[in-house]
Amino acid sequence: MLAWTIYLSFAGALAEALLPKGKAALARWLALAVAVAGLVLAVIAFATGFGRGLNVIVDVPWVPSMGVQYMLAADGISRVLVLLTGLAAVAGVLFSWNIDHRTNEFFAFFLALIGGVFGVFLSFDFFLLFVFYEIAIVPKYFLIAIWGSTRREYGAMKLAIYSFVGSAMVLIGLLAAYTMSGSHSTGLIQLAHAHYPVSFQMWCFPLVFIGFAILAGMWPFHTWAPTGHVAAPTAASMMLAGVVMKLGAYGCLRVAMYLFPKGLDPWGFSFLGIGSWRDVFAILALIAIVYGALVALVQSDFKFVIGYSSVSHMGFVLLGLMTLNQIGMTGAVMQMFSHGILAGLLFAIVGRIVYERTHTRQLADLEGMHLSKTLPFGAWAFVIAGMAAMGLPGFSGFVSELQVVVGAWQTDPWWTIAVGVGIVIAIAYTWRAMQRAFFSDKSPSMHELAGEHGHKLAPITWPEVTGFTLLAGASLVVGLYPKILLGAIEPAIRTMIAGGIR
Amino acid sequence: MNYADLFRATLPETALEIAALVVIVIDLTVLRKAALRARAAVAALLGVAGCVAGLWMLQLQGTAGFSYGGALVLSGGGSAAVAEAAILVLTGLTLLLLVDSTFTRHVGEYVAVVLMAAAGGLLISAAQDLIVIFIGLELLSLGLYILTAFAKTSGKSAEAAIKYYLFGGMSAAFLLFGFSYLYGLTGSTNLHDIMQATLWTNIAQSAMPLLYVAVVMITAGLGFKVAAAPFHLWAPDTYEGAPAPGAAFVASVSKVASFALLIAISTAALHIFDNTAAAAQTAAHGCAAAAPQYLGFGSPWFTILAIFAVVSMVLGNLAALVQSSVRRLIAYSAIAHAGYILIGLAYFSYAPRSTEALLYYVVTYGLTTVGAFAVVDVVEAATGSDRMDAFLGLHKRNPMLAAVLLVLFLSLAGIPPLVGFWAKFNLFAAVLEVSAGVVPFTLVAIAIAMSAVSLYYYLQVLKRAYVMPSIEESPLRIRPATLIVLVAVALAVLLLGCFPALLGGWINGFFPAI
Repeated sequence: MLAWTIYLSFAGALAEALLPKGKAALARWLALAVAVAGLVLAVIAFATGFGRGLNVIVDVPWVPSMGVQYMLAADGISRVLVLLTGLAAVAGVLFSWNIDHRTNEFFAFFLALIGGVFGVFLSFDFFLLFVFYEIAIVPKYFLIAIWGSTRREYGAMKLAIYSFVGSAMVLIGLLAAYTMSGSHSTGLIQLAHAHYPVSFQMWCFPLVFIGFAILAGMWPFHTWAPTGHVAAPTAASMMLAGVVMKLGAYGCLRVAMYLFPKGLDPWGFSFLGIGSWRDVFAILALIAIVYGALVALVQSDFKFVIGYSSVSHMGFVLLGLMTLNQIGMTGAVMQMFSHGILAGLLFAIVGRIVYERTHTRQLADLEGMHLSKTLPFGAWAFVIAGMAAMGLPGFSGFVSELQVVVGAWQTDPWWTIAVGVGIVIAIAYTWRAMQRAFFSDKSPSMHELAGEHGHKLAPITWPEVTGFTLLAGASLVVGLYPKILLGAIEPAIRTMIAGGIR
Repeated sequence: MNYADLFRATLPETALEIAALVVIVIDLTVLRKAALRARAAVAALLGVAGCVAGLWMLQLQGTAGFSYGGALVLSGGGSAAVAEAAILVLTGLTLLLLVDSTFTRHVGEYVAVVLMAAAGGLLISAAQDLIVIFIGLELLSLGLYILTAFAKTSGKSAEAAIKYYLFGGMSAAFLLFGFSYLYGLTGSTNLHDIMQATLWTNIAQSAMPLLYVAVVMITAGLGFKVAAAPFHLWAPDTYEGAPAPGAAFVASVSKVASFALLIAISTAALHIFDNTAAAAQTAAHGCAAAAPQYLGFGSPWFTILAIFAVVSMVLGNLAALVQSSVRRLIAYSAIAHAGYILIGLAYFSYAPRSTEALLYYVVTYGLTTVGAFAVVDVVEAATGSDRMDAFLGLHKRNPMLAAVLLVLFLSLAGIPPLVGFWAKFNLFAAVLEVSAGVVPFTLVAIAIAMSAVSLYYYLQVLKRAYVMPSIEESPLRIRPATLIVLVAVALAVLLLGCFPALLGGWINGFFPAI
């Protein structure tokens, strides 16, 4: 049944592309219907699959001559991330309700992107996973380049090139893994049992890991993320931060670490205290956490603050993966879900609720607008989302960051110190952005006063309220009762660790 | 000599030649006074009928081939049959593009030249003998020179044709020179006899330098035909100057035929292992893989192809980055694609695995290029230019044309689920299955990295079609015959990409099961 999330999204994309021009309302409702249907399917599959292990949905030969299987399956991790995608898709459609320019094309690209993302999370064949992974690249380019804002063509091209370079590395790894395995199959499970020599895993693991991690925003390959997010239209930056960056992290876990677990073993020598690829990537993740937070602290563009905070939060995911223990890796998957929801929410507030009304994202300009009075809903929404993102107990961010920190402590207490610094800076940049954007008492300049009397801010619309409620509610539910996700993630991680990741 | 066998082996060629004559006769007699469009339609349809008849004949002729004096002259079945079928289909598609073109009044002659050139293509796809190879190549090349020059009122067309002709003549001379050395060394014109005679046990050590000279000359001559760098200089000018249907023919049919010839020579070079005695000799003096320099013809041949591959991939992709004319961009991308294909030839397997992957790539690439030139043709007819800026706002002027362009260019860039991706993956997997050493792996890595580069220039065109604002927004009309070609090619690219086993299984059916 989960496979229908993919087919529905692509069918929806095709229908949107064929819609006659000028029927914007129809295009919106169609997109919403498709997204809601995907979410409903994801929820049902999550509920029915709870506590169960790997569930094979489809497994038919696709290209028999090369042993490529069309194999869709879902374990706990997949079901959680499919649920995330469903939520983000519905919220993305709701927050793009005001798109008037080439509406049907916008939703066609949007749904094609969603379909590709669903496909990646459900693929259990390396080749198939790669196909869906690449399908997700092209719509991103057009979404940003056509409907974006600041330096959109630059941001879109940069994102496309980074993604394509990353996927080229993955493709080299795929070809190498396929030819080296000798099993004449590209199924992930078959490849995982191929017993690759350690020397092969030692170079293939970093190749594939970095290839995927580029899309997960790993420092120093993160630079596409802030520019891409800022250039993107609201729904696209929600999808980029919320789901697409998760594709990268998911690939790191599902492909790189699952197929080449020995790539994480010690090299046998150490240089400056770095003795394995695991140390290398953990340090890069720590740098991302601290560096992303520090850079977010000094941004003057509201959206760049959120963009760099994404880099910082994705550092938690990669660090959690590198702990290689049960709690840390569970935390990493939790953080994928949590950051997917919260980054989407923050981008929606900045891009849709604030920017579409004030037409500026510069914190200096927003200071004079007294948004807490003129736009109370926006202010409250950002307070809630900001608190959740900085890890306030009761929201999903707390659970996931706590698990990652505990996992890091078990592995190397020094890591925890860096993480702690990152968390403190996260509070600082959220606070600073919140204060300057909404609660500043700076008196407006003459120029701004003159403009303010001319027009009032547009009222909040129902799609915005609905979208906010959906995302914030999801974060709250997971924060209050984390077992709802942990029950699905923990067994899947346990199986993976038992399968060879040490 | 059995003339009945010869006739049977050349049935498709005969069908094309008869169709060519019929087209000229009808165009010059019955239709002398008719309107140009009607003449073009009739000529093109007769040409297509000739291609269909050729396909039917291909079916009839079987897989026996044609031998003379115990030596194979024309092969049947296998790679030859696949390439011939592809040539006939692609020729039919390029002929359909003529219906809507206005570059010439001499439509009958145009179709006849196309059909005769295609017959040359069929001949070299099956040829196993130096003389037949040379005759087929010249038949094809002379046709191509004429097609390039066919737009008589265009200065660019004339310039491109004279460049193409001079380069082509020179490369033919190189080829003939190499062939003469080979004949002198071995006393035979048959590929298999030559390979047997140049085996290290059979050739005098003092003659090896001559063999190397011959191989270098031959690769230079054939490298020209497939537009491999550094023999690519004619390609951008020809692609830019030739009338669009002619350019499509040069870019697709001529490519398929030339690569089929390269496949035939490579296969022959490896089939020395057919002979158990030769294989035993090789085994006794150390295994072939450990000492490839003893393989005579094959060793320099495959090495030079690998060098061509790297140079073509890098130069083609990097030069394409700075083009502002879409036709030149397609030309440089063709050089890059030739590079990818040459990797598959440089690491060639005795089993049909490599051949099948190569044919898959070449056939689907030819198909995609025909579609790309059809799009360029429509845009050119409306705007009078093939500059990138002529594609501005294409999605508003004709959404379908823009969608076809999107599908074709993304396929060329190798984005799944389009056929270009599968073709690349299949080819590179075949290379690594032949040898997973450091060198082939590096070549494949370069190819994949370079196709990441290629996405940039394909996106430059798509960006103009979809993203950038345009001044001109009047609708752009596509005429029916071109529409048929566009839709057929785009659907094929999409369907074959989603179900790669369809074409793969069809190609596989031509090879005996092992």
